[in-house]
Amino acid sequence: MGIPDSGDSMEPADFLPRHRLQSLLDHLLQQGFEILAPQLRDGAILFRPTQHVDQLPRGVTQQQAPGHYRLQQGDSPRCFSWANGPQAIKPLTFTPQETLWRSELQADGSLRFHEAPVVTRATAVIGVRGCDLAALALQDRHFLERIEDPLYRQRRDSLLLIAVDCSHPADTCFCASTGDGPEAQTGFDLALTELAEGYRVRAGSVRGEGIMRALPLVASDAALRQEAIEQARRARQQQRALPDFDPAALIQQGEHPAWDKVADACLSCGNCTSVCPSCFCHSEAEAPTLDGQQSEHQRQWDSCFSEGHSYIHGLHVRPDTRSRYKQWLTHKFGSWVEQYGRSGCTGCGRCISWCPVGIDPLQVLRELGEEVK
Amino acid sequence: MRHQQLPASAEVVRRVQETADIFTLQLRLDDPSDPSLLTIQPGQFNMLGVFGVGEVPISFKALTNDHDGTPLLEHTIRAVGRVTRALSALKPGDRIGVRGPFGHGWPLAEAQAKDVCVITGGLGCAPAVSVVEHLFVNRSAFGRIHIIQGVRHSDDLIWRTQYEAWARKPDTEVQLAADSAAPDWPWFSGRVTELIKRLSLQPERTRVYCCGPEPMMRASAEQLITQGVNEDAIWLSLERNMQCATGHCGHCQFGADFICRDGPVFNYPHIRDRLGLKGV
Repeated sequence: MGIPDSGDSMEPADFLPRHRLQSLLDHLLQQGFEILAPQLRDGAILFRPTQHVDQLPRGVTQQQAPGHYRLQQGDSPRCFSWANGPQAIKPLTFTPQETLWRSELQADGSLRFHEAPVVTRATAVIGVRGCDLAALALQDRHFLERIEDPLYRQRRDSLLLIAVDCSHPADTCFCASTGDGPEAQTGFDLALTELAEGYRVRAGSVRGEGIMRALPLVASDAALRQEAIEQARRARQQQRALPDFDPAALIQQGEHPAWDKVADACLSCGNCTSVCPSCFCHSEAEAPTLDGQQSEHQRQWDSCFSEGHSYIHGLHVRPDTRSRYKQWLTHKFGSWVEQYGRSGCTGCGRCISWCPVGIDPLQVLRELGEEVK
Repeated sequence: MRHQQLPASAEVVRRVQETADIFTLQLRLDDPSDPSLLTIQPGQFNMLGVFGVGEVPISFKALTNDHDGTPLLEHTIRAVGRVTRALSALKPGDRIGVRGPFGHGWPLAEAQAKDVCVITGGLGCAPAVSVVEHLFVNRSAFGRIHIIQGVRHSDDLIWRTQYEAWARKPDTEVQLAADSAAPDWPWFSGRVTELIKRLSLQPERTRVYCCGPEPMMRASAEQLITQGVNEDAIWLSLERNMQCATGHCGHCQFGADFICRDGPVFNYPHIRDRLGLKGV
């Protein structure tokens, strides 16, 4: 058995036996956090308000393939034996729809503008994956550097992030090749490694260290450490990997026949962008009240696949699916590197699983790398 | 200080119909004590918002003064979409929301003591008027001024008297071109690039500011380079769909740049390899 006695070892106490996992949730609730944790909902893993470990997706495993996402119920006591659901934490910081400001028509005809207050409460998210932490770091750079988005800032500051190392990557995953997983690497307050008998715990911040001190941890022994090493090694054996390509050259490859082939298949539905944890495009629109006295200036997620995305005074810069797919791929894998020093893809594979026709951008990248005969 | 993204209320004090679909709005801020909107520089833009309808990015044309000295912002707009048509329907006394200024303007400090060549096409002349006015207000700081404007049809030319007035100023060359022209068109018929060939430039001391359709700007830049103008001396103003104006919404992405935040004015070598790529 891997569970050691506590107190006898010189090793640091870092292991939470499975039957003590509730102590983590209890501590967070006592500290006033709302807890969001993975739950099984409508055949998918979604983050939902959680108070008890019984609400976690115990024994749930998954199958993902191009255009395919299915969950199975097994007997395992493990709660995190899946790679990712359709959404992770992006909606918590960059919300699908929100009001940026309100305008109010005054009696004298002038306009008064009001900020839209954000109501946040301290929220602990349990079960965040390495790929999604990496994507959050990208979103932080986009929304907080140079010109800070105040609404994103408030939502971001309300989060406490508890990662769980990914032990069961899907066949669509390739985070090992992007360098973002399967283990959680940075950006978490606390990270858990789920093993057969419980959780190895490590802190990534001062707040995380405080939580660790409050938990009934015991020291892990050599067998537990070895189990964790073996599990991480297996998780890194992924079906897919990012091919070699030159990011700077992508945008120049406008005439390659690979674009025609993918444009024939692509429905321009935008699913890939809405499940992508790093996509940030949004549109802005007015929502006036029926009495015409007030109006809300709102933003909502948009996609570079939508018809209006590139519209400008009477024409569309990207009028067809071919140019829109090209924009998405060349930005995500190409110009993103110039913008943020790394690719916009963190290997979560969602765009492959949630594409209704199963387009695999890694395949498109491979084809673009092939010589045109 | 106003919230960075919150608009300010401004009153339309004058509306000038320039052509069938181009008009100019003169705007007076309800609260002129907030100076941030009045720091706008040639080449920058504001977001103009119609209550209950939406916002559009419009380049800055001029900062003038009312008879009592109150500063007025001028923007010239083509009524072509949902919001610009709503802007077109505004009357004096109506209020709009103004958010800005946004983006980087023309690098005027860098052009000190140099000749400046302003090349524009179509409504690209609006953001160029602000820079030409700046050149004349600070006339001694600059050398020779060349002003080139191309239009598709001679009837599209706006501010004809303005161009004529500039042409009468010393050390100033004004050349106008129309792709197709009415019989009474006294200027050049043909492409702007043909006009550039006729310019008496001193290429090594010339700075070029260009705004207009991308194919026209690209062709102009290439023509200027063959005439000896350094690539680094050429600046282009680009436009795309802009909704947030802060580089967040993604609509104005142009390769690795957000035009609202990193532009709209770019140094030619920075964007040369992307100009003319379809769909970028």
